[in-house]
Amino acid sequence: MSRKDRLSGNEAVAIAMRQINPDVMPAFPITPSTEIPQYFSNFVANGQVDTEFIPVESEHSAMSAAIGAEAAGARTLTATSSCGMAFMWEELYVASSNRLPIAMALVNRALSGPININADHSDAMGARDTGWIQIFSENNQEAYDNFVMAYPIAEHEDVHLPIMICQDGFITSHAVENIVIEDDDDVKKFVGEYEPKHFLLNADEPLAVGPYSVTNYYMEARRAQAEAMAHVPGVVLEVAKKFESIFGRHYGLIESYRMEDADYAFVLMGSAAGTMKEYVDGLRKEGEKVGLVKVRMFRPFPAKEVAQALSHVKAVAVLDRAESFNNVGGPLSGEVLRALFLQKVRCEAADYVYGLGGRDLLMEHVRSVLEDLKKLCAGETLPAFYRYLGVRE
Amino acid sequence: MKESLEIRWHGRGGQGAKTAALLLADVAFETGKHVQGFPEYGPERMGAPITAYNRISDQPIRLHTNIYEPDYVVVVDETLLEAVDVTAGLKKEGGILVNTKRSAEEIRPLLHSYEGKVYTVDARRISMESLGKYFPNSPMLGAIVSICNIMEKERFFTEMRKLFQHKFAKKPEVVEGNMKALEMAYMEVSDV
Repeated sequence: MSRKDRLSGNEAVAIAMRQINPDVMPAFPITPSTEIPQYFSNFVANGQVDTEFIPVESEHSAMSAAIGAEAAGARTLTATSSCGMAFMWEELYVASSNRLPIAMALVNRALSGPININADHSDAMGARDTGWIQIFSENNQEAYDNFVMAYPIAEHEDVHLPIMICQDGFITSHAVENIVIEDDDDVKKFVGEYEPKHFLLNADEPLAVGPYSVTNYYMEARRAQAEAMAHVPGVVLEVAKKFESIFGRHYGLIESYRMEDADYAFVLMGSAAGTMKEYVDGLRKEGEKVGLVKVRMFRPFPAKEVAQALSHVKAVAVLDRAESFNNVGGPLSGEVLRALFLQKVRCEAADYVYGLGGRDLLMEHVRSVLEDLKKLCAGETLPAFYRYLGVRE
Repeated sequence: MKESLEIRWHGRGGQGAKTAALLLADVAFETGKHVQGFPEYGPERMGAPITAYNRISDQPIRLHTNIYEPDYVVVVDETLLEAVDVTAGLKKEGGILVNTKRSAEEIRPLLHSYEGKVYTVDARRISMESLGKYFPNSPMLGAIVSICNIMEKERFFTEMRKLFQHKFAKKPEVVEGNMKALEMAYMEVSDV
């Protein structure tokens, strides 16, 4: 039986990990993800899981140990944030290129400097081209559900890629909210046993992992990896469908909210999506035809779905919780605008950076965005390619 | 009973304002509400001003922001009245609860021109009498629940006893003291 509970996002993810009972968890603490290995090491100490918990001496070692364990054939996961994942950077590529379906709980936090412990998506965006699947969560329930779905996606034979399940640091990781926790056995059954086809500790099939590739082969290896990524959207939807049939909660690659007749759309990811739903409802009450497209899966990017969802709007505003320092706009807006262009969807568009270092997205910000969109539709141009919301200039 | 409520807690690091906010979320959840309880983290250290928040509602809660226009404010340490603008955004239909031995009449002039209700409770005395130590969070929790009419009194005490028994499973001797602190503050809190 599922049970209603109230938990922080970190505790919810730790419970999903307990229910999965992975073979190996190497981890190194960093705010705001520290509680995840902390809760999990309690489960280890209490005998609630039989996981090999490795308290490594750095995040670089955490990912290295995860790669070694996963290559050996063990189901492996870890958790980190911010500079912790930045320290894993070269290893992230090793994990994905060796097609190792490691699961990682990424509790999103700003990168230094100035040093800051609060939420933004800089850490995940820094890893967007590492070949990991990236899924963002709006609230604690989604952080839990997404983690339950992580291995069925990552270990799928057509995918075999690592996956990071993102949630916003403190905003959901440290907030206690209502949540439904599914029965341990139901989760175990849903996730299933990991039976890798090829693994290092298989004496019948000697295997080299991570060998040198000469120029003559490197591009083919990359092309094969890209092919695996191309299989991800279908598998994510297949897993979501099975999840819904068992647990009743629906997930897609994106979520459209009040978009049916929307003239103006906002696009964003993570915990601000819930906040934006409230603001959309508020603006709708005032007669504004606005809607929200929440991007759940950022890597690979669901370009067709996003373009389709925006195909009828007059104007779209993309809100990025990360800076790209390219003088043009944030990473999410780059993806969204490319999707619109390639799918031949023509509408006005504006980009914003919001919420860096944990700053809130407020109704007054969203009102100013809507004003901008209306100006664009009236033929005016906006100063600069993109703007900051709620910043002191 | 109110349908929804937003509360902002002001305390100093180490006084348990965050714990109190999480306990309020716990007990409101146990009475069937949708809840949020969350701290606002800065460079925390013992004695520094900290803020924590609660949303309590009959409907699912989707907002993920701090609370800028709370229904109620709880001030766990009265020295914060000089250091922090505790009534910022506070709705005048709501109220502010201050931990002090002074009366609400004495506190009101310190609250700029706040027009809503002012409540006081002497959490230090209550804590010393019930627990023998100064832990203001249980008395402040009892007092705010008394004021804000978000759950039935008997249900509150029944659920809090269960929560304390769980929370203090390894030191059950403090359960009665904490229950007494809750009850005393629930009864004693006074207003103008």
